[in-house]
This record gives sequence, structure tokens and C-alpha cells, in this order.
Amino acid sequence: MAVDLEKLLRPVDNPALPFPPKCMTLASGEIMVVRQVGREEIPNILPHIEPLIHVERDYYDIVAARLYAELLGFYRHRVQDEYVLVAQIDGELTAVVNGRRVDSKVGMSYHTLTLRRGLRIGSHAFASKMEYHMEIMKQEAVLVVAESPIGFRRWMIEYELEKRFEVPHELGGVPTYALTQALYQKARGKLIVGRRPVPVKLLAKAEAAILPPSDPPRPPMDMLAATRSMSDPTGSVLISRRADELRAPVPAKKGARHA
Amino acid sequence: MREVYVAGIGITSFTRLEYPLVEIAAYPAMMALKESGLRKIDHLYAANMGGGRINGQTGLASAVVDNLGLTPAGAETIENGPASGASALKEGFMAVASGMHDVVLVTGAERMRAVNNLEATDFVATLTHPYAEYIYGVTLPSLAGMFTRLHMDRYKVTPRHLAMVAVKNHGNAMFNPFAHLHQPITLEGILDSEDAATNNPVVADPLRFFDCCPVSDGAACLILSTAEVARKTGKPMVRLSGVGQATDTLCVHERDNPLELPAVRGAAAQSLKMAGKKPSDVDVAELHDAFTILEIVESEECGFFKKGEGHLALAKGETGLKGRLPINTSGGLKAKGHPVGATGVGQAHEIVLQLRGEAGERQVKGAKTGFTVNFGGFGNNVVSLCFTREK
Repeated sequence: MAVDLEKLLRPVDNPALPFPPKCMTLASGEIMVVRQVGREEIPNILPHIEPLIHVERDYYDIVAARLYAELLGFYRHRVQDEYVLVAQIDGELTAVVNGRRVDSKVGMSYHTLTLRRGLRIGSHAFASKMEYHMEIMKQEAVLVVAESPIGFRRWMIEYELEKRFEVPHELGGVPTYALTQALYQKARGKLIVGRRPVPVKLLAKAEAAILPPSDPPRPPMDMLAATRSMSDPTGSVLISRRADELRAPVPAKKGARHA
Repeated sequence: MREVYVAGIGITSFTRLEYPLVEIAAYPAMMALKESGLRKIDHLYAANMGGGRINGQTGLASAVVDNLGLTPAGAETIENGPASGASALKEGFMAVASGMHDVVLVTGAERMRAVNNLEATDFVATLTHPYAEYIYGVTLPSLAGMFTRLHMDRYKVTPRHLAMVAVKNHGNAMFNPFAHLHQPITLEGILDSEDAATNNPVVADPLRFFDCCPVSDGAACLILSTAEVARKTGKPMVRLSGVGQATDTLCVHERDNPLELPAVRGAAAQSLKMAGKKPSDVDVAELHDAFTILEIVESEECGFFKKGEGHLALAKGETGLKGRLPINTSGGLKAKGHPVGATGVGQAHEIVLQLRGEAGERQVKGAKTGFTVNFGGFGNNVVSLCFTREK
């Protein structure tokens, strides 16, 4: 008897509650739209995530690699009850956040990836994710981990998250923290912003195309920089290169006393 | 005294640099040496404030002079708080002017991002009075907050004026590839929109996030020399024509008038007098805007505007790139960044670029006289420099 293996592999496809799109004004004066995307838009997002897997700075490599896998898992029906929100400025993709509904009471925050740095873009995207869990899904708690110091400052410190170290997070062994309804309501006035409905033209532009980031994070100029500062504090690698540079002939200047 | 000229300049990006402090300090020096074609120097001064405390690196000058292969030149580290950079330039100036040395390399460097922002703020706060200020939790943002409130009450400076400084300097930094922050900001985004309070939260009332400079790593270098040496570099002749320094009480609460910055006034007057210039002769200035209020008040103390009118001149656009006296064309500490020991040298680097006509899109047309204020402590040790373009 033939068995449809795919049916066994796929999680139950529960319909996700819709996140009503919203928009906010950034410090630059630009308007950023945050909206939910379905599986059909994931192929348009992945090409913009992939380059960041190679950015060995501020944990972009880890976060991008894991987010890429999670988006693929969402697209290919391999994660239960996942959702994805994107942030866009004039269509340009500026942030991607995702997470999962564990049950009616608990949410699982996955990742927040900022594709244009600064201006609180990542913070606004994360806040939208928390709003989705707390106000749309009306859950009691969201489990959160941070994989970078920037994330730790933005989530654990700014939201004063509770320690839940005894609870395992799906992302692995990083200590788990939780945003509760009480903490969310405390932060709501100062950290959760945005207006609804999004003006029709603005939303249409966001939905029309997911455009590439205009100024994506880039690898450090010297790939060894991050590790050398720990393992080669005397900088001997650079010094040897510098010695070669100094030995290179310099055009003689007429009568230059110090040449 | 002999006249002192700039023979070479170099700078790193002001940002987070994941290199040892020695390398950060050496890099712009290499650029300056390369630009000048010089292979030997007589003396090296390294300006730095926090190497011993936050990077485990003392004796920075000795490390840099060796790193660059410049031994047996003399080398000294200069620490004068956030004014270390201009102090080192002052020492370099005196060495050449006195006839003791012909070529002096001054590099200023800091690696503050090695620690988190709370530790960095605490480290800078160690320049306050240890028993009368520091132990009570005084930080530089808190002193600047109180200073701002006084100016709001007395001179009607408003949050909009402060935000105008930030918007102007962020705009200038967009034209500076070495600036820490390449983020254009608007009054709408940081002040007027309903999301502004989140974008621009209070840090030390009434100062907000965009009123404060970032914590930066970075380094900058100037090579000072005699006219003879500088002429051979083939670069436009820029003379370090005036140097001034003045101090004030360490404790801010001991000052006769907490609204004034007499050390800025004294240092600025000295440097302009030595250069034979008046405030109205200055074409471009780099002022120490670690907090937006400081750019406004320093512009008054230097004599560019009357007391209590700096914010009005700002609002009229007089300090913008196209204004009567462009201030902080580099982006200032506010947006270019503030690696404390490097800042004074970084300011001088910008002025030299301007006077050479090499400042690109932020060039002040025809600039002949440039001026800097490097502000140590909360105005208790200030060094001012004046540069002149010569034919």
C-alpha cells in the first residue's frame, strides 16, 4: 500500500492569526512598514539573507544561517506554527523577525535580523513580534534568547525580561528569558510603537516587491580581525605585512631630508 | 619660536575596531608617513586616555614607535582626559617651535568599544572629582544634562535647538567616510513624530539619545614639522598657528557661574591671539560636541556668537555647511564619533583637510583659517588650536 510520506513529515497546518500591518516613523523620518508574510514570499526573502551568513561580525553569520534555515523550514512545512514578519522602507527589506506559537499560552521567539543597521530598525521589528504574541495571540509569555550582545541589550535589558533558565528554548542551550504580559504592558508605552491602518499606497508598495537592502551589513575589512584581537594581541601578522609595505619603494622626492 | 607646519595626516574610521590598541594607533601614523614620504621622525607623542584601564596597555607611545619601526625616536604617551589629543599636538608644537625637534609624529588613539557602554561611561566618569562627584554617581551625561537645563532656563535653548545640532552634524557625517554614524536623521524622526520618544529616548534629562555622542574606537595622526620639511611633501602648507590651553575647577559645583565655560574662553582666546586672528577670521571650526549643548555654548565662549545667542545662530543656519561659520563639518563628536584620546587629533585632521581643500563634498569653499576646541573633563581642561593655510 502506497504511503504519502510527506503527510507524515508535515506538521499540522494551523492557520496563523493575521498580524495587521503597521507603520512607524524612524529617526531618519522614513516610514517603515511591518507586515506578515506567507510562504509564497519566502523565496523573495532568502536571497537577501544568504549573503549575511558570510558576515563574521556581530553574530550576523550565526543569526543569518539559523534564520535562513528557519525560513526554509517554514516554506517547506517543517516547522509547526511558525510565522514571519518583515520590515520594509519603500519596499526595501530592512528586518526579518520570526517565531512560533507553542500553544495558546506560550510563544517561542526565534530570530531578529536587521538588514539596515541603526535607527532602531531591529528594535521596532522585535517589538512588533512581541506585540503579535501578546496582543494578537494573547499569550501569557514569550520565550526569548539572545545570541549577540546587541540582542541582549535590546531584549533582556530594555524589556527587563524574566530569567527562565530552567526552561529549554528551541534554539538550544542559550539561557532562556521570558517576556510576560506584565512586562509587556510595562514596556508598551515606550518601546511598542506603530500606527494602523497603514496608508494604502505605502502598504501596496511594500507588498509589490521585497527589494534588496540598500546598505546591508558587510564583513569586516580583515576577516582575521575579530579573532586576532584575542589570539594575536601583539598584532604580529599585521606588523609583518606592514614591514613589507614600508619596504616598498617610495618615489624619491628631490632633496627630501628624511627620505 | 619657529613656525610649525603639518607635514602629513592620517585617520582610521571612527567606529568599532577589533584590533589591538597599538595597531589602531599605528595605522593612521602609517598613512601620515606614507603621505609625507617621511621615513624618520625625531619624536612621537601618543595621546590616549583609557589604554591602561580598559585595554591593559600602558606605555602606548613606546609600543607604537617600535611597531612602526621608528626607533630610536623619542616617544611619550600623553593623557589629558578627552583633551589628550590636542594636548599631544600642543606638546608636538612646542617641540618643533622650540627647535628641539624638526619632525614630530602625534597620534591619538582609543579603543573604548572593548568594554560595554556602561563600563565606557564609568571609565570616562573617572575624570570627575573622585570624592565630591564620582562616588555619588556623577557621569559626563549627567553633568551635561544639568548644564543643558540651566541653559534652557536662562537662554531659552529648547530641545529643538539641541536636535538641530544633531541633525546638522549627522548630515555632515554623511559626507565623511570615516565617520562613525552614517545615519541621516530628521527633526520629524527624533522630535516631532509620535514615535520620536521611542526613537530618541531620554538619557540624562533633558538630553536624549541623539544629543549624546557615540562610544567609538579610532585614531588620527598629524606629523608636525618645520617649514622646510613640510614644503618638501608637496602638500599645501598648513601652519599650526595658534595653541591655547586653560583650566577650571575640577568640581563643576565650585564654579562661580555654572552657565559659563571660562576654560573654553581662555583657551580659544589664547590660540586666536597667537595666530593673530579674531573670531570673525575663522572659516571653519571643529568644536567638542560630546553633547549637543556643548557645540552651542562653545560657539559663544569662542566669541563666534554673543553669549546666549549660539542657538539662535544655529537656527538661522549660520553654522551649517553653507553658513557663515560651518561648525563640525566632519560630523563632530556627535556623528563622526568620540574615541576620547583620538578626538583632538581627529578634529585637527578635519581642519587640515578643509584648509588643504581636500574635504570633498563637505569642503568649505576657500577656507583659510580653521579652529578647534578639545574639551577635557567637563570643561576643566581645554585645549584650542588654530590652523592657517599659507600659500
